[in-house]
Amino acid sequence: MYPFTFIKAPTESAALAAGAQGGKYIAGGTTLVDLMRETVERPGKVVDITALPYREIESGPSALRVGALVRMADLAAHPVVRSRFPVISQALELSASAQLRNMATIGGNIMQRPRCLYFRDVTAACNRRAPGTGCAAIGGENRGHAVLGTSDQCVATHPSDLAVALVALDAVVLLRSRDGDRRIPVAEFIRRPGTTPDKEHDLRPGELIVGIEVPGGAHTARSGYLKVRDRQSYEFALASAAVALDIRDGVIRDARVAVGGVATVPWRLSDVERLLIGKAPGAELWAAASAHAADGAKPLHGNGFKVELAKRTVERQLASIGGAA
Amino acid sequence: MAQGTPESDRSLTLTRRQFVGAVTTTAGLATTGGSASATEDGVPVSLTVNGKHHAVVVDARTSLLDLLREDLQLTGTHKGCDQGACGACTVLLDGRRINSCLTLAVMHDGAELTTIEGLAEGGELHPLQRAFIDTDAFQCGYCTAGQIMSGVGCIREGHCGSGTEIREWMSGNICRCGAYQNIVAAVQQAAKES
Repeated sequence: MYPFTFIKAPTESAALAAGAQGGKYIAGGTTLVDLMRETVERPGKVVDITALPYREIESGPSALRVGALVRMADLAAHPVVRSRFPVISQALELSASAQLRNMATIGGNIMQRPRCLYFRDVTAACNRRAPGTGCAAIGGENRGHAVLGTSDQCVATHPSDLAVALVALDAVVLLRSRDGDRRIPVAEFIRRPGTTPDKEHDLRPGELIVGIEVPGGAHTARSGYLKVRDRQSYEFALASAAVALDIRDGVIRDARVAVGGVATVPWRLSDVERLLIGKAPGAELWAAASAHAADGAKPLHGNGFKVELAKRTVERQLASIGGAA
Repeated sequence: MAQGTPESDRSLTLTRRQFVGAVTTTAGLATTGGSASATEDGVPVSLTVNGKHHAVVVDARTSLLDLLREDLQLTGTHKGCDQGACGACTVLLDGRRINSCLTLAVMHDGAELTTIEGLAEGGELHPLQRAFIDTDAFQCGYCTAGQIMSGVGCIREGHCGSGTEIREWMSGNICRCGAYQNIVAAVQQAAKES
């Protein structure tokens, strides 16, 4: 680990000032400390924001508002989240381990950096870590990599399960800087690699995530997360699906579907949703809609199986949430 | 080598563990071209471990795990992967189980920690320590301190309703010997007693 200056920010204004001067924010530390030790991250100044007050979970009539410093474990276990936003509880509890969920924060969760081995190996070519050096994964070991949203610069998957649920539910990131506040949909906040894979998110220098807001609705209560992986627990997704359905009088009124583990960003399946809305739920519909879950996929030499796996994961989760009948 | 001299001199009075740690740090800096100068003065941290107050000055890079092992000589907490993948370093921070390798010691000024050394009370083993012996829940023993601390957290959280639930909520602790069957039995036994 490279040396750095450590600053404990006692107040929000102190944190924003230190951030504006190039400080790197730290809260749970579960990603940053690991990457600093690997020398992937080399901040000169680390700003501890854990004394800031973003720890509230507020469930209003129309939205759930979650402070950026809320721990994964606490959001997952919140009774209103469990009952009205089960997809969020499930995505969180299928992530990482109990210890990590006690440490990691919600703001940090959506800022997670890729798990690509070449990104984490400072001797390997990686456009995300060192722009212009190439992508060792495209011709290398890429079984776990993305088939959707890739570019010829980067094919790393986005690691967060929570972000898949948030994108499915149209959640918004609440940002603050010395210039004021901004609200950005999570789906826009997390960027596809394109020609600038090092620009992972739409966060301006010194800007701080203060929370997320999730609009509620009839669909959020009937929702869930399915994660398929190499081992049963404590593993990143090979494919995952967040599904939320509003079914009334035998008709699907609203549908939200997003997949994880197969794309460079949490991947919303708007075409699949369109095929579901207005129809009667049932096995045939799940099969017909999920057939489009990997439309546009560009498999690499090691991860072709993810195309079929994504479709089956979506189909199974549609049946689980919407009913098999 | 100029760089090696101070370490060699110091090593005369260091334990083997400190010596190995010091040499590793020096070698790491040499290969990455880093310098310790920016943090030479260190950062003061005071915290309570197993009921005992400690005040130390540490390099800002020090993990909570290294503070326990190197500065406080509490070597019961083990370093396995040092990247949050194995759970050997599990401790209770303000009553909750965490991976001590993935957090900076300087972030925990004023914190209360419990490590494996702090579980027994008045010479009596903690019920989960006793259960590990009763059910033969370890082989080489390297992961055991982390397993027990994690198990204490798991019991407190109330995730011990069945063997399946224990397996899921203890999945952050890897046992390379494969003693899982008996570890689950131990946690189950202690959960029933609590």
